[in-house]
Formats: sequence, structure tokens, C-alpha cells
Amino acid sequence: MKELLVISGKGGTGKTSIVGAFAVLADCKVLADCDVDAADLHLLLSPTVRATHEFRASKQAVLDSAKCVGAGQCGVGQCGAGRLGLSAVCAEACRFEAIGFANATLTGSNVGRGMSVVSTGSAAGAGLPHIVPHIDSVSCEGCGVCARACPHDAISMEDVVSGHWFVSDTAYGPMVHARLGVAQENSGKLVTQVRREARSIAERQGLDYIITDGPPGIGCPVISSMSGVDLALIVTEPTVAGTHDMQRVVELARRFGVKTAVCINKYDLDEAGAEQIGAYCRAEGVEVAGRIPFDEEVVNALVLGMPAVMHRRPAVEASSGTSGVAGDPVRSQGQAEQAIRRLWAVIEDRLRSS
Amino acid sequence: MIVSVASGKGGTGKTTIAVNLALALGDSVPVDFLDCDVEEPNAHLFLHPVLEPCEPVTLPVPVVDESKCSGCGVCAEVCAFHAILSLGGRAITFPELCHGCGGCARFCPEGAISEAPKDIGVVETGWVGAPAAAEAPAGEARRIRFVHGRVNIGVALAPPVVKAVRSKATPATGAANEAAKGVVIIDSPPGTSCPVVASVKGSDYCILVTEPTPFGLNDLTLAVDMVRELAVPFGVVINRAGLGDDKVVAFCTQENIPVLLEIPFDRRFAASYARGGQLVRDFPELGDSLRGLWRQIRAAAGPLPEEAETVR
Repeated sequence: MKELLVISGKGGTGKTSIVGAFAVLADCKVLADCDVDAADLHLLLSPTVRATHEFRASKQAVLDSAKCVGAGQCGVGQCGAGRLGLSAVCAEACRFEAIGFANATLTGSNVGRGMSVVSTGSAAGAGLPHIVPHIDSVSCEGCGVCARACPHDAISMEDVVSGHWFVSDTAYGPMVHARLGVAQENSGKLVTQVRREARSIAERQGLDYIITDGPPGIGCPVISSMSGVDLALIVTEPTVAGTHDMQRVVELARRFGVKTAVCINKYDLDEAGAEQIGAYCRAEGVEVAGRIPFDEEVVNALVLGMPAVMHRRPAVEASSGTSGVAGDPVRSQGQAEQAIRRLWAVIEDRLRSS
Repeated sequence: MIVSVASGKGGTGKTTIAVNLALALGDSVPVDFLDCDVEEPNAHLFLHPVLEPCEPVTLPVPVVDESKCSGCGVCAEVCAFHAILSLGGRAITFPELCHGCGGCARFCPEGAISEAPKDIGVVETGWVGAPAAAEAPAGEARRIRFVHGRVNIGVALAPPVVKAVRSKATPATGAANEAAKGVVIIDSPPGTSCPVVASVKGSDYCILVTEPTPFGLNDLTLAVDMVRELAVPFGVVINRAGLGDDKVVAFCTQENIPVLLEIPFDRRFAASYARGGQLVRDFPELGDSLRGLWRQIRAAAGPLPEEAETVR
């Protein structure tokens, strides 16, 4: 079993379109979409979801205002942080600016954005308003320092469902994908979960390939996508940004000891730029496995929600269940499609020999 | 005023919009340009800033004094990120997993853990434009103040570098400060997770750039959920209009989201971008479009606090 990861550094270079085409061209594979915060592969492969799982990897600080004695009452001076000189042990302990009194207003109703005022007759310091700090769930990283620091045990750490992951069937084989909740953390752990499930499916079913659509960038989810793959195909484009970002991702792969190959997508938008990418790759000992021309048919296929290599296939044939066969006589292949088919032939050869 | 440019999907044209908006406004308004895509920063390739020596961005990570460590294991229990293991009476640290929360040092009963800065990236500041124009007299072309960051290759934690970039914005407090009347333009990374939130949070307006394809639409809906969660007012720019279909427009109409600008797909634009060109220089009509976009944003955002005070 071989695992192929498709990444790019820069977003929008064509990772998902290429993975969608590979889904049609490769036999005996499982597909994994590891771009968990903006997953798109499902738009090409129309999966039928077989199982949905909650993803719980984070915790979040939750404050019990009944237990909280209030700002300035729990052991720190009134002259601490905050616009109004309000402070609390939890707010001072938090390194992520998630606990505070921002936008607090003590006039009028005593209730302002970002704080809660609870009137309890028994609060220490009778006569003072009982000002409870506000925990910003978006900024909270779930470290739990505030909960341990609070002398009154008023903060608990609670599980958060920070996304879902899915095991699905597609016309081209099984697929594992995910959706990270909005503004959630731990995309790397969700990537690891998706990959673990894809590997398990591949082992159970005796599949030859895991084909993974990776996230853009070089950060946490990319690092999680990369460990231990057999080949990382870097899809770039002949633009100054595409070239710059490809170089950073080549370095990242080298850091993790992952073999790379490069595909220059939309190479004809700037052939001189494409040649510079080729020169960089030669100097770095990275193979240019394919060059794909810009072809509006790829966009047209996407609009129809189908992989680029399926487009223009007559509807009758597409539904007959025959696997994607190169050189179908009743269907002309666009230039991009031909290039993608050649690319897969090269990649499959490299995977087999890796 | 802080305007962030974000997208959900990568490669839709965030940097193009952010860079060219900065150039279109830079002649009349003081502009701070913050490239917060610290994993793959690109704006410098188009703006060619003259940068000062870079400053390191560090994260406080634990250092264990073995002579004081009793092997009690409290640190490993405290750490939510599994960055410390307690094994055989010793505390073993994994700095690459550390988020810098300081819990281990704070709660070690023996006082055996201190924190030391670990380099995770750099921030560079500089200016776009000729150095001599530093204090350009009124009426002359002003320069754009430029800040970007780069997370070190192999470092998983981008948000602290994003925050370091944002901390370099010219403080916009006090009506006396001319910068208060200026604009901070933030070029965000793609996606909707923590580095994006760190870039967009606290901005006065967010421009969501998309393209009229199913991928563009899907990722736009995710980005819309994110900016709504952050309570940042926003509008949409559709790049490469004419390619794909009209479902993005339909979605915006249905959700009452203003479409601020549509930029048609044009191979000449693509070619200019590919070479690192500045579209507003190559195609001046785009500058007018972007100034129109800015007027819409100003109208949507309402009077700024300092202006409201001045009025009173």
C-alpha cells in the first residue's frame, strides 16, 4: 500500500482538481480529504456518507458565575490588567487573551459586551458589583491553566465537538473526509484522524493506494498530512507566489524526509515562469512529473461537479459503471485531461517503485 | 480602520485584492499593510518593500532544572498539549508541541520549570516606496508601511506569529494620531481555522474574496460562518467573474451579503499577476474600482469612533 499526498503551499493551484482526476484514474484506492477547514473534494466525487463521527480533541474553559467571587475579589489587586483596572487570577493566568473585561461598561445597566454582572447579595465586598470575567471561546486554546489557577474552582474544562469526520462511498471507491467546526482548533489532530481511518480502510480492503488531498500552507495540518507518506506531489503554478510557496513546501518535505515530485499546473499562463520552476527543481533534485496547460474545461467540469477526466463523457457511459478508460473513442480529451492522464502514469510508476 | 481580506478557499485572489487596494489608497490615505499569511507570505513579491532587519518571534517553552525536579509528574498532567512527559522520575519536554501556556512552570510544586524563548518565526517591517519619501509633504505620494511574518519551516504553530505581525500595526488610538484616519489592510491566510481567526478577529470589516465555482462557493459559505462568528461586518469580492457559474451571486443575494466588486477573468490580469505585477499600475481602471470598493466599505462600517467623537 502506498500513500500519495497532494499539496501545494499556495492555495488554488489545482490540488483538488488533480486529486479528483486521480480518483477516476487510479484503481484500488481510498481517498482522503485532509483540507479539513475548507474541504472541497466531495464536490467532485459526490460521496454517499456511510458513517459520521464527532471529533472531540479540544477542551474549553467554562466559567460558573455562581462560584466566581468576582473580579478583584480573588487574590489579585484591583489595579491589574483591563481598561477599568479590573482583574482576576484567571485573566492574569491566561496567555491567550481569552479572559478579560474588554468593552466592560459600569454605567447604566452594568451589563456590557464582554462581561457579565451578576447581582448576588452574598458576594464578598458587599456593595461592589459582582463582575464576572468573560471567556472568549474563540481565543481559548483549552490549556486549562485558568481552571487550575482559580482559587474558587469556578472554571471547568469541557469537551468541545470541534468538527465531524465522515466515511463515505463514491463511484470511485471509499473516501474519508471531515469538516472542522468554524473557528476551531486542532486541525492537525483531525487530519491525523482522517488519515488513520483511510489507512485502516486500505488495510482492511487490501487497497493499493491512499490518495490524499492536502491543505494549503506549511503549518499544523500540512505537517500532520505529511508524516510517513510515500510521495508528496506538489502542485504549483508559474506565478511568483506559486513558485515562492512551492519552495517553502519542498523544504518542509525535506525536513520530514518525504520524497517529492512537482506538477506545474496552468504552465502556459507564463512559460518563462514555468521554465524557472523547472530550473529550480533540477537544481534541487526534484522531479517535474507533469505540466498541465490552462484549460477552461477543467473549470467547466468543476461547475458540473465531476472530475476533469470525466467531463464530456456521454451521460450514458458515465452511468454505466465502466471504469475510466484512457482513450475512450467516443469522447475527445482536452489538453489538460491528456496531461493529467500522463501525470498519473508517472506518479503511479514512482509510487510502485518507492 | 482595520480591513482584513480573507477567503476560505486559497488562490482566489486575497493577496491581489489586498495589495492593489493598498496601492489604490496609498496616495491619499496612510496605509499599514500586514501580511498575516505567515505560512506562505506573498505580498512582498508584489509590493517590494524595503525591509528592516527581521525580529524573531518566540514562544516561551519549558526548561526543566533536573536538580530540582522530583519526578512528581504534575507538569505532564497539567499540559493539555502533551508537550511534557514524566518518565522514570524525569520530565521530558517536546517543545514542538508546546503552545506556551505556561501551565507547567506555574504549577510545578518544586519550582523546577522555567521558560525560555524558542524561535518560531520572524517579523519584518519596512516601507513600500522610495526611502526619501519617508516624511512626504502633503499632496505627494505617501508610502505604505509594510509588515509581514514568516513561521519557521517545520513549526506547526502559526497564530503567535500572526499575532506578532498584528502587534506591529500603527496604533490607531487618539484622534490626534494621523494614523487613526488611515487604514490597516490585513492579508489573511486561506481557510477558516486558528491562523485565519487570529488574522481576521478584531477587524472593522472583512472582504471575502471568492471565485464563481463550486469550490469558491463552498469555501465562501464556510468563511461567512467564520466572520459571522467573529461578528465582523463583511462583503464579497468575486474574482475571475465570467468563469464558472452564477451561484455565488445567488448565494450572496439570498444571504443579503453585499457583492462589493466583480473582477472579470482576463488572461492579461493573470499574466500580470504571474510575473508579480501590480494590477492597478498595469490596468488603472482597476484602481478606480478598488477606490469605489473602499467607499462602499467606509459607508457600510459607519463613522469610526474617533470621527464620531470629533463630530460631537
